[in-house]
Amino acid sequence: MENQTLTDPKFAELDEFIDNLPDKKGMLIGVLHKAQEIFGYLPAEVQHHIAQKLDIPESTVFGVVTFYSFFTMKPRGKYQIKVCLGTACYVKGGQKISDRVKEELGVTGDEPTSDGLFSVQEVRCLGACSMAPVMLVGERDFYGRLTPDKIPQIIESYRRKENKK
Amino acid sequence: MPLENTILICAGGGCISAGEISVKEALENEIKKYALDGVVKVVETGCMDACSLGPLMVIYPEGVFYQKLKPSDAKEIVEEHLLKGRVVQRLLYKGPSGEIKPRATEEIPFFTRQVRIATRNLGVIDPASIEEYIARDGYFALRKALSMTPEMVIEEIKKSGLRGRGGAGFPTGLKWELTRKSKSDEKYLICNADEGDPGAFMDRSMMEGDPHSLLEGMAIGGYAIGAHQGYIYVRAEYPLAIERLKIAIKQAREYGLLGKDIFGSGFDFDVDLRIGAGAFVCGEETALIQSVEGKRGQPVQKPPYPAQSGLWKKPTVINNVETLVDVPYIINKGWEAFASIGTEKSKGTKVFALVGKVNNTGLVEVPMGTTLRELIFDIGGGIPGGKRFKAVQTGGPSGGCIPEEYLDTPIDYESLTSLGTIMGSGGMIVMDEDTCMVDVARFFLQFTADESCGKCTPCREGTRKMLSILDKIVEGNGTMEDIERLETLAVTIKDTALCGLGQTAPNPVLSTLRYFRDEYEAHVKEKRCPAKSCKALIAYRIDPAKCTGCTACARACPTGAITGEVRKVHTIDQEKCIKCGSCFEVCRFDAVEKLDAVEVTADT
Repeated sequence: MENQTLTDPKFAELDEFIDNLPDKKGMLIGVLHKAQEIFGYLPAEVQHHIAQKLDIPESTVFGVVTFYSFFTMKPRGKYQIKVCLGTACYVKGGQKISDRVKEELGVTGDEPTSDGLFSVQEVRCLGACSMAPVMLVGERDFYGRLTPDKIPQIIESYRRKENKK
Repeated sequence: MPLENTILICAGGGCISAGEISVKEALENEIKKYALDGVVKVVETGCMDACSLGPLMVIYPEGVFYQKLKPSDAKEIVEEHLLKGRVVQRLLYKGPSGEIKPRATEEIPFFTRQVRIATRNLGVIDPASIEEYIARDGYFALRKALSMTPEMVIEEIKKSGLRGRGGAGFPTGLKWELTRKSKSDEKYLICNADEGDPGAFMDRSMMEGDPHSLLEGMAIGGYAIGAHQGYIYVRAEYPLAIERLKIAIKQAREYGLLGKDIFGSGFDFDVDLRIGAGAFVCGEETALIQSVEGKRGQPVQKPPYPAQSGLWKKPTVINNVETLVDVPYIINKGWEAFASIGTEKSKGTKVFALVGKVNNTGLVEVPMGTTLRELIFDIGGGIPGGKRFKAVQTGGPSGGCIPEEYLDTPIDYESLTSLGTIMGSGGMIVMDEDTCMVDVARFFLQFTADESCGKCTPCREGTRKMLSILDKIVEGNGTMEDIERLETLAVTIKDTALCGLGQTAPNPVLSTLRYFRDEYEAHVKEKRCPAKSCKALIAYRIDPAKCTGCTACARACPTGAITGEVRKVHTIDQEKCIKCGSCFEVCRFDAVEKLDAVEVTADT
């Protein structure tokens, strides 16, 4: 697994983003989005840095990070699999999809797989209800009208993609 | 060279998840191969509504509608349709009795029964092109509004009868007037695009498919209330909507339609995005304001209402996406055009997301007052697989379930409230006989318990307590006293919670208790799930008379609970069975039966 050390260039990139904000007022959530994009997650060091940079208490930063489900203090897999458990997906068997994904990956919760490739999250509505049940891999790859038996094939396609590299 | 064909390909969320991108790429490759790229234009549009048919496209000038496309269909479409002018019959939409509908958008009820105001540009224009929006009378309403006084604009909206499309249905014109009258050096307009109700995706489709209508509606609203800055608070779960809004804002600024001195009127207005971070409670307006300020999204006590003290303690209007998208239409066509549609107290149209156990899933915009039956059966095409309709859930986690006997109710704000649910943002989740209503209530309580911000005790503790009772019932351990306790808790939370989320959280339980009490009692008294959905209360068994010994079930079983030799009857070990239902799904001979657990235990 790639070691996500908190290297300086990443902090420099974050600082540049913060310095270029036209107005820092009310921008904490925006900064956290950027930081998570850069670091992949929001460990204590990053939160400490942001608090100093924005001149706000670290407790405020921590409070916001832990309030919103989008932010994470733990690293996630390279491919984040978001299984939708919105109402439409739920009534069409979304839970079975999620169970099957976890079974395939050998995980029980949102922890990444041992190779660091995948992590699973059960999320609320992804807004593709007409294709229920759905899941999203990464930012863009939507899979709709799923059945549990389609899952191994989908996961395998990402494993293959990685092996080719 | 003049264009010979324009192909509109739907790039809405549904079609993308069905593989639109690879279809489009294949099509473009084929078009290049035949050097047609100068005369055929491929446009990715917003959602065309008929998501269950996706990926789909319409080829103009003929208006031919192709559906359920695969990348391998591209070659035939180019060679046959574009080159030889022959319609590819096998890709056309076929009606329920097999009749072919080449121009489906003009022929089938799913499309023809709709009245498109909020979705007027969806699937028609390229959302990344401000020119195409302007060609459809875009920004004319803003220009017209700026030639009126703000009071006249407010009057127009008041007379139209427009009410908020995101939840409680507060009159939009009145909200604007209250904010206009609040004295302050600064005011704000926020668009609530934190579309959190599971099962609703109309706001997403409108932002992705017609972002300029939203910006125009916001600028008109800003002018009416006296704001110079607007914010769109959009969910992080909608990256495509964010991207298209960013493009639209940039274009509008370049055209001088946002920014300083719009249309030389002296009115300044700009719009910025604020991205949410996954908290359902942020759809509640006071929590949303906290989140726009970069804080934890926890609701605060009302009054003061945002119209007096909102963002940065300044007067603020918060409107939903669909509400704001309706505004340019009303200004352009006049209030009469909007008010002539709908019922006495609910004017205009409403977009519904018709999903769940219904044949034609997708977005449907119909006049207020359309009945649930028309929506679900005439437009939605009824329930798949010959199953029986059980209920329709509206209003998301704040709403309730409506049973069959009320299918002829005309839909408006008042009628839904009287049935114990709400309009909400317009999600309509259809449920059939296989859906357990106790489990649905449990699902929503799980949702609200997870999403409770924790600030007030009734919601934080109450929803958890309700959830634990519901868990007990679906596991077959409930008592009749539990049902009573559930009702008492529900009423208490409704009366005492701080914000709208908490106050409405018990609705799914109250409404299912009202209409489906017998299902609760079956779980408690008979330890039986009538829908055969609750795992703890069902069991699978193989019917020896029907089993052919094909071994499909044994191979599908993840726990090795099924044994039997080839061509001999198989059996399920009830001890090992985890009731995943895999055997039931793979059996081609209907030999696997889903039974009440009590029945199976009694047998053995």
